[in-house]
Amino acid sequence: MSITAIMFWLLSAMAIGSAFMVISSKSAINSVLSLIVTFFAISGHYILLNAQFLAIVNIIVYAGAIMVLFLFVVMLMNLNTNTEPHKHKLLRFAGFIAGGCLFLVILAAMAQAGVGNETVETNTGNAGLIKNLGKALFNDYVLPFEISSVLFLSAMVGAVLIGKKEKINPVDAVEQPNG
Amino acid sequence: MNNVLQIVWLIPLLPLVGFLVNGLGRNHLSKAMSGLIGSGVILASFIISFFVFLQVLNGHMQVLHYFDFINIAALKIGFDFQVDQLSSLFLLIITGVGFLIHVYSTSYMHEETAPHFARYFAFLNLFVFSMLLLVLGANYVIMFIGWEGVGLCSYLLIGYWFKNQDYTKAAKKAFIMNRIGDLGFLLAVFWFISKTGSVDYHTVFANVGKLTTTDITGITLLLFVGATGKSAQLPLYTWLPDAMAGPTPVSALIHAATMVTAGIYMIARSNVLFSMAPLTQCVIAIIGLATALLAATIALKQNDIKKVLAYSTVSQLGYMFLALGVGAYTGAVFHVMTHAFFKALMFLGAGSVIHAMGGEQDMRNMGGLKKYMPITQLTFLLGCFAIAGMPPFSGFFSKDEILAAAYASNATTGPILWAVGVITAFMTAYYMFRLYAMTFRGNFRGTHDQQHHLHESPAAITIPLIILAVLAVIGGWIGIPEIFVHGGHRLEAFLAPVFEPSAKIAAAHGHEHLSHSTEYILMAISVIGALIALTFAWKKFSNYTASNKEETGMGKVLSNKWYVDELYDKVIVNPLNSVAKYFNNVFEKKGVDGLVNGVGKAVNYSSRQIRLLQNGQVSTYVFLMVLGILVLFIIQLFL
Amino acid sequence: MDIKMYIGLAVALFCIGIVGVLTRRNAIIIFMCIELMLNAVNLLLVAFSKMHAASAVGAANPSVVSDAQVFVFFIMVVAAAEVSVGLAIIVMMYRNTHSIDVNFLNRLKN
Repeated sequence: MSITAIMFWLLSAMAIGSAFMVISSKSAINSVLSLIVTFFAISGHYILLNAQFLAIVNIIVYAGAIMVLFLFVVMLMNLNTNTEPHKHKLLRFAGFIAGGCLFLVILAAMAQAGVGNETVETNTGNAGLIKNLGKALFNDYVLPFEISSVLFLSAMVGAVLIGKKEKINPVDAVEQPNG
Repeated sequence: MNNVLQIVWLIPLLPLVGFLVNGLGRNHLSKAMSGLIGSGVILASFIISFFVFLQVLNGHMQVLHYFDFINIAALKIGFDFQVDQLSSLFLLIITGVGFLIHVYSTSYMHEETAPHFARYFAFLNLFVFSMLLLVLGANYVIMFIGWEGVGLCSYLLIGYWFKNQDYTKAAKKAFIMNRIGDLGFLLAVFWFISKTGSVDYHTVFANVGKLTTTDITGITLLLFVGATGKSAQLPLYTWLPDAMAGPTPVSALIHAATMVTAGIYMIARSNVLFSMAPLTQCVIAIIGLATALLAATIALKQNDIKKVLAYSTVSQLGYMFLALGVGAYTGAVFHVMTHAFFKALMFLGAGSVIHAMGGEQDMRNMGGLKKYMPITQLTFLLGCFAIAGMPPFSGFFSKDEILAAAYASNATTGPILWAVGVITAFMTAYYMFRLYAMTFRGNFRGTHDQQHHLHESPAAITIPLIILAVLAVIGGWIGIPEIFVHGGHRLEAFLAPVFEPSAKIAAAHGHEHLSHSTEYILMAISVIGALIALTFAWKKFSNYTASNKEETGMGKVLSNKWYVDELYDKVIVNPLNSVAKYFNNVFEKKGVDGLVNGVGKAVNYSSRQIRLLQNGQVSTYVFLMVLGILVLFIIQLFL
Repeated sequence: MDIKMYIGLAVALFCIGIVGVLTRRNAIIIFMCIELMLNAVNLLLVAFSKMHAASAVGAANPSVVSDAQVFVFFIMVVAAAEVSVGLAIIVMMYRNTHSIDVNFLNRLKN
């Protein structure tokens, strides 16, 4: 087996293993940390596919920003292992079964579709390079790019608005009939 | 007026218009207007019928086609009228007697409020319309429409005073018994259609040769079943005495002069079929005679004036059927005519008496009314002579013709039929004069208040009585038998074309003719016997004193009408009632209701269960979403 | 590498994410599993873009390859925005009810 293949399997194992850890660990912080490991694994996959830009962006944005945000919230809530209530055993079992069935169905569909035998270009390729990606982004997709900045703005405003502590005015509280 | 036949359609239409106007406008018309409209349209119909009759007398007959009523594949039933001797004669009787009764009703019913008064005339007009349709129809289906219509109007009019439960029960009884007979009629019509493909009189009678004997016997028996229901013969006669619950003019019109004669008309019209079915004729003769005898015996012991007349009607109808059974079709129609005159006369007279007595109908409380109501008394007496068969009144000629025909019908059984008929005639004379004597002669047995109220009835009542009395006297003179005056039987000559096919069959079978001496002897026996009976009754009941003695023995059986009603109740009505109750409780309440309510309950239950899905838990919703996607995938990809 | 390997991997991650959403009651963990699902999709998209790069389609139409990766870029953008708003909501939920149990919010009941 080539080094590519070994790397692929290694990264895959890491990704799936830490994904399992995410869903099954009792402590919230463990889950967050496992997810970060998953993201690293996926970034490794990206590098393997020579999508360099995306690999770096994945680490910076996802693992670096989003996960840190999650960590902050978890630590803010002071979640301990025994604060999380337990779900009904039957429902958990049903959930597993549902997920498993979905997995099998999609695999079967893929097998039926017959696209599985095409090869994927690994280690090489110009598409993933930042220069080409930048060209595509700023030539063909300028508008979505600009609008995404507006999206961020609205998300920020929304987050701040939601997080604001409301001052409860006694007069208003009484006067609203359809509150 | 050759073209009067073209407006024959006006004859039934005018009463129909009268029905609509009186029925729809009953809250707006005054009593005088309703009475005027109701009687006026009948008078107009009578005038047109009279001209039609003249036309037919001159030999003009016609079948008029108006429109296609039913048109399915090979079956064509048109809305046709047949104007010939038989139908024109009946037209005259119906409209003539009907008009007199309408005029009578304007005075008799004057105590009713205006809307109910108009309702009465509306129903009466509807009845006349149906009866006219019945006799004018050129095929069995149109006849059946009229047949059903008169049954309906009989129900409506018997139950006219609908607030009284007994009266409405009587009306229901009449209608249901009629319907039982109608089933027979309908089956016969279906048989016609299946065997001959048509219901027109012309076509059916022309194709009579195609039918087998079983066909003819079956059809005629079924038609006769219809006739027993409509014309109150055994076993479907018990509705007629109970129908006396209706107003007296209704009894006069429907249950004496017209509706009950519908059965006879039908058989007379289909005479060719009946002549070809000797078995049926035998049945008809026996049942007619048995009914006549039975009813006469019951009438001997009745105390209600209208009930006596009702049983008398049943008895006389029995005579008419006897005539049909022995093939004397002219005799039957003749007796229909004379019976219409004298029976309507007597019913109207009884109405006059009841009116004067303030509603009293029990003869034991009457008596000596002769000096208070002379006109009523005299006309009633004439009617009694007519029904008893005294010459030269009309009843004598028609009844005698029937009895003679019965005697001549068969060498062995004929005399037996005649003997029973004559005995019944004696009983008729007896009970009729019993009625007359108890009512008009002797001393008044009623209360003081009633005595003060006694007076002769107004002109609107007495004039129809007088007219009918005149007809009852002279009405028989159109049918004077051969032995008295050669060529005197004008009626027979007139109706000959209608009964021609039957006459041919009878001649082929070799019906014997009575010798003149035999006829004279038969006549003498019946007249003298009736005279003796009526004198006996006159003497016995002229000084009748009411006694509270209970009837015993035979008298008890007779006054309880041979317990026939009770028998019917036990054997037919009660079992049917229990079956109906069973069906109601088990099928209806538990079965059908259970099913219907069960559906509602099931929906309720399932909706309550399904509602539990919405438990507000987001995780459940997500789970269901995933399940849904899974199902969709599977369906999309693999099915 | 065959594409089916990558498809299998991506689908596995996706299904693990779904199982996590269905199984856990902690709102934050559920949110993280959603992020996991998004990443699985991203991986798949990138793999497909490289598949097209290797095939004839990609030679004829080179923009197909870069389009997929631009798409992944935008998915990340949206994910970032969504996380910020989502976490704000979760914090508000905690402040009002002092619990982050998803089943606690059952006002939609019946």
